[in-house]
Amino acid sequence: MQFFLEVLIGGLLSGVLYALVALGFVLIFKASGVFNFAQGAMVFFAALTFVGFTEVLPGWTGLAEGGAVVFWLAFVLALVSMVVLGIATEKIVLRPLVNQPPITLFMATIGLSYLVEGIAQGIWGANVRGLELGIEDVPIEYMMEHHNILISSFDLFAAALAGVLVGSLALFFQYTKVGRALRAVADDHQAALSIGIPLQHIWAIVWGVAGFVALVAGLIWGARNGVQFALTFTALKALPVLILGGFTSVPGAIVGGLIIGASEKLAEVYVGPFVGGGIESWFPYVLALLFLLVRPEGLFGERHIDRV
Amino acid sequence: MEFKKTVMLGALVAGTLAAGVAMAAEQFIGLPSYRVGAYAAGGSGIYGGWIDYMNLINERDGGVGGVKLVWEECETEYNNARGVECYERLKNKGETGNSMFSPLSTGITYSVLDKVADDKIPLVTIGYGRTDAADGRVFPWVFPLITTYWSQATTMIKYIESKEGDLKGKKIVLLYHDSAYGKEPHAVLDRMAADKGFTVEKIAVAHPGNEQQSQWLQIRQIRPDWVILWGWGVMNPTALKAAAKTGFPRTKMLGVWWSGAEEDTIPAGSAAKGFTAAGFNVAGADYPVIKDIKKVVYGKSLGNMEDESRVGSVYYNRGVVHGIIAVEAIRKAQEKYGKGKALTGEQIRWGYENLNIDDKKLAELGAAGFMPPLKTSCMDHEGSGKVKYQSWDGAKWQVVTDWIDADKQMVRGMIEESAAKYAQEKGITPRDCSKEM
Repeated sequence: MQFFLEVLIGGLLSGVLYALVALGFVLIFKASGVFNFAQGAMVFFAALTFVGFTEVLPGWTGLAEGGAVVFWLAFVLALVSMVVLGIATEKIVLRPLVNQPPITLFMATIGLSYLVEGIAQGIWGANVRGLELGIEDVPIEYMMEHHNILISSFDLFAAALAGVLVGSLALFFQYTKVGRALRAVADDHQAALSIGIPLQHIWAIVWGVAGFVALVAGLIWGARNGVQFALTFTALKALPVLILGGFTSVPGAIVGGLIIGASEKLAEVYVGPFVGGGIESWFPYVLALLFLLVRPEGLFGERHIDRV
Repeated sequence: MEFKKTVMLGALVAGTLAAGVAMAAEQFIGLPSYRVGAYAAGGSGIYGGWIDYMNLINERDGGVGGVKLVWEECETEYNNARGVECYERLKNKGETGNSMFSPLSTGITYSVLDKVADDKIPLVTIGYGRTDAADGRVFPWVFPLITTYWSQATTMIKYIESKEGDLKGKKIVLLYHDSAYGKEPHAVLDRMAADKGFTVEKIAVAHPGNEQQSQWLQIRQIRPDWVILWGWGVMNPTALKAAAKTGFPRTKMLGVWWSGAEEDTIPAGSAAKGFTAAGFNVAGADYPVIKDIKKVVYGKSLGNMEDESRVGSVYYNRGVVHGIIAVEAIRKAQEKYGKGKALTGEQIRWGYENLNIDDKKLAELGAAGFMPPLKTSCMDHEGSGKVKYQSWDGAKWQVVTDWIDADKQMVRGMIEESAAKYAQEKGITPRDCSKEM
């Protein structure tokens, strides 16, 4: 039972990290109906830019290497870079494609992902970097001593951070003027435009916020596995989360993440040994596929009904 | 009058060019490199080191036997389809076509395995690829040089034995990349487990391996004495971090040579301290060959590495090893086929098959202790079977063993068995090595 709990809790915590990446997809899909294939690349770009700045800032400014000032300055600069990237994407890629079919926008984001990956490596190089956030990835002693259950302090921190982010975004969407405008744009671009909602501004804001989420996700995943090209693969973990949670729901991303995280870990441990192991990569997709058959719009997604 | 002048000038230029071409023979080497994508860090280090060594030979020695080395890179992105495309694009380049093909990818290796025999280009796979290709009778065009995965696996058990003594009753977990590469050591470890009385539990990690929570919780349940990490890319730092998270000592973890570079340990931070990994080359910039590269190549600003601090890293030095072997194969082939001219892939194949880079030669090359001695033959395309182990001290790799010999008797038997099976399936008649010169 202890082992089961350990696997379950570990899975839930991992699921929150998947949700963090899924959140970026949701934000953009919600506001523009675009499935942003470049979200994984944005996570990579954000983390690499942050680490890149931490490397060059001491040389530029004379500040102490590894210090808090460099960290926060790099964070702000990386955030600014992400917002600039978001606005540039809106201006250069999306604006010329307003009212084009969704598949066109989707294809544009595929191109964008290659571009963003290339720019990131072109500016900062392809070297693999380490990233320390000052939170040790070690088991919480109390849980080990009293319950013999292994829970990582880092994973717990990441989960709390993701929770705060999701909560803030949900409130932002629900109760602010910009949030309402975002939802209006998501429902119908042309209708939103006709009542005076500035589409371009809204899209720029959304891409900027998605850039911020990508930065947070990049820092968390980068601290776990290193800042390297493989960060782009985190997007693969987010897809089944989106299918389960719904492409348009912020809370859905977190619930989907928890379900996917827990189920893939339990499957790997209890089913994996019977089928040769290594099932973690495809099991969530099978689960998502089965889910699609029952509820195509996802747990919290908006049901789409067309009149015929 | 003007016309006459022009014709004479043209003839003079053409004559000069022709003389130039006749004077400077060039040996072409096509490099199917990968400098972008998921494995760019490995590709840029290895191909960078290789190119730097060729530059050193050109600048310091004026080439090999008076023949300048020239090369062209083709980006594969570690992708099989692109690898084949690069193979085709490079094969007819240069005066005599491509001299060798070394894709640094087991997948691309398998994709061009049949093509190299048709095109007569040696396929050189140092530390990767198809292990049973070490039987040169069945695979005359393939050279899985220095040490194969199977040989490496036997040295890992020898290393663990040197730490634990008798392995009877011990538990070893093999945490492997769920791919053909990750499954390479299974049969060898099973056989050694049966011989020595230890148990081996195999736990797969799905590609890319950036999430290993469940695998390490299983390892925590099993409570193994050792964990062998057979990883690649992001799987390695993730494993080291997860080991720290679950409290498994890194001093009891042993990595394959694709888990033992700075790119694997630096991202893991303090979690990597104490981790030991295999290598058919070592890290370090204190070897005369590396010092020469720094002085001659980087001194003239001809260095290939964007980040010069990587010179002397594991991957960079592995590239230098590739360069050393390529140059020595060309040199050997020149002994038989003549100096001062570009050789064909077929002629260079002979060079690869008759390499003898002994300790004396390594010392001459400034690479004593840098890589193991290498002696190939028609029968043996592996040529060494030796491995050194290095431990990560938190900042750099420290060599902790001398060269450890593989269990050659066992591995060779398995190689011949597997190669014979391949020959039968493909209808290949193995060469009679007694007739080869």
